[in-house]
Amino acid sequence: MLMCLASVPVSAQDLTAQRQAELRNLVVQDCGSCHGMTLKGGLGSALRPSDLDGVDASTIAQIVLDGVPGKPMPPWRGLLSDADALWIAIALKAGDLK
Amino acid sequence: MKPLRLVAFMIALTAFSIAAAAQSQLRGTGDLGVIVERANGSVCIVDTSARSVLSCVEGLGDLSHASAVFSRDQRYAYVFGRDGGLTKVDLLEQRIVKRVLQAGNSIGGAISDDGQLIAVSNYKPGGIKVFDAGSLNQIADIPATYGADGERSKTVGLVDAPGRRFIFTLYDAGEVWMADFAEPGAPKITKFGRAGELPYDALITGDGRHYIAGLFGEDGLAHIDLWDDVPKIDRILDGYGKGEEKLPVYKMPHLEGWALAGGKFILPAVGRSELLALDASTFKPAGRISVHGQPVFAIARPDGRQVWVNFAHPLNDTIQVVDVPTLKVVHQFKPGPAILHMEFTPRGHEVWVSVRDANKVEIYDARTFEKRGELALRKPSGVFFAARANRIGL
Repeated sequence: MLMCLASVPVSAQDLTAQRQAELRNLVVQDCGSCHGMTLKGGLGSALRPSDLDGVDASTIAQIVLDGVPGKPMPPWRGLLSDADALWIAIALKAGDLK
Repeated sequence: MKPLRLVAFMIALTAFSIAAAAQSQLRGTGDLGVIVERANGSVCIVDTSARSVLSCVEGLGDLSHASAVFSRDQRYAYVFGRDGGLTKVDLLEQRIVKRVLQAGNSIGGAISDDGQLIAVSNYKPGGIKVFDAGSLNQIADIPATYGADGERSKTVGLVDAPGRRFIFTLYDAGEVWMADFAEPGAPKITKFGRAGELPYDALITGDGRHYIAGLFGEDGLAHIDLWDDVPKIDRILDGYGKGEEKLPVYKMPHLEGWALAGGKFILPAVGRSELLALDASTFKPAGRISVHGQPVFAIARPDGRQVWVNFAHPLNDTIQVVDVPTLKVVHQFKPGPAILHMEFTPRGHEVWVSVRDANKVEIYDARTFEKRGELALRKPSGVFFAARANRIGL
């Protein structure tokens, strides 16, 4: 059972409250430089729940980790873990990061 | 004293005390400035002589990536917000004079050399709009359309050029345009043609001669010499990073504030932990300076001898100071988390540094590097001093 749990993708809920606060600040302040602090978009695309409709959280997390080749969106892997990226993706879709 | 005389005396006395009060409040604005509190939608008016905050003005909307220009008399700041807001702030009365929501999404603006026109660079809908600096009434709408479908391009790198002209770059189209308002009526639009892939910012040199756009999608910059009879785009620093792997860019560099000293320009490289030196007369490479991280701003002290540099996330807690003649880092320190901007006093005796995540602005002696003061502000970002009113391109 334990083995089985360990192989399940890391849940975003595993993040500490402190890490969640750090990520919240990162998204609003640093991602906000390109995507807007209210996530209405800028040089980068808009990231409100309505803008992300139809894109699942794991796809968003993948874009966060790998970036968009040829575009200014950088790969955040190395600064953000898989769990960080998934937490951000879920929070974006829920409109939880304004 | 007869009643009528008494009344006259009282009126005179009141008038005198009002005049006296006004007298004591008279002041110039040449040493004032504004600091953007990006999270609160407010700008704080600061006194750079007293190193103090006079007042914070609220209600300016989404101020992520906000910037400001100043009226010629240095009384008014025009603040450009992310949400398309253009707000005119009175530095003396410390209040909003007028605010218009002129687009859905904007990135910055410029004021014409005669102080009469305010131009705003827009992402959505793409293009620029131009307003009367007094009333903020719209004077011109220039959609930056391109391609067969007439799509509107996001615009970046909007600057003023001498002669009631504005120059700007089309991010999506990769072109540079100029809007000339010298004659009454509709502006004359000049399209300089293709700059390159994904131009992300631009600047005009302090003499109003050279317009230079940085490219995100290619190694190199697009350059226009406005003194040419028929100005055209040429490429400078072409392929300066060819063959080297770029680092991920966590924050786009800004080109404003290029240092010019000893015949060299110093500017941030894209995707590299380097500054690039450029010969100011030939625009040929003149050296590289290895620095702490990817530079965001490389801002010259007004005398041009040194350049102060801040860095992209996650190395954004550090400032390095580069000596221009030797191209060496001569000082490094860590004011705190998320250093977003640096602004020198007009003749460079002090420099103000916004430290966003420490909720403070620090003030340093720009020669000895000693700390001179600190102000508590909420998530401060851009620092803009009124003396910008007197400079081309700022």
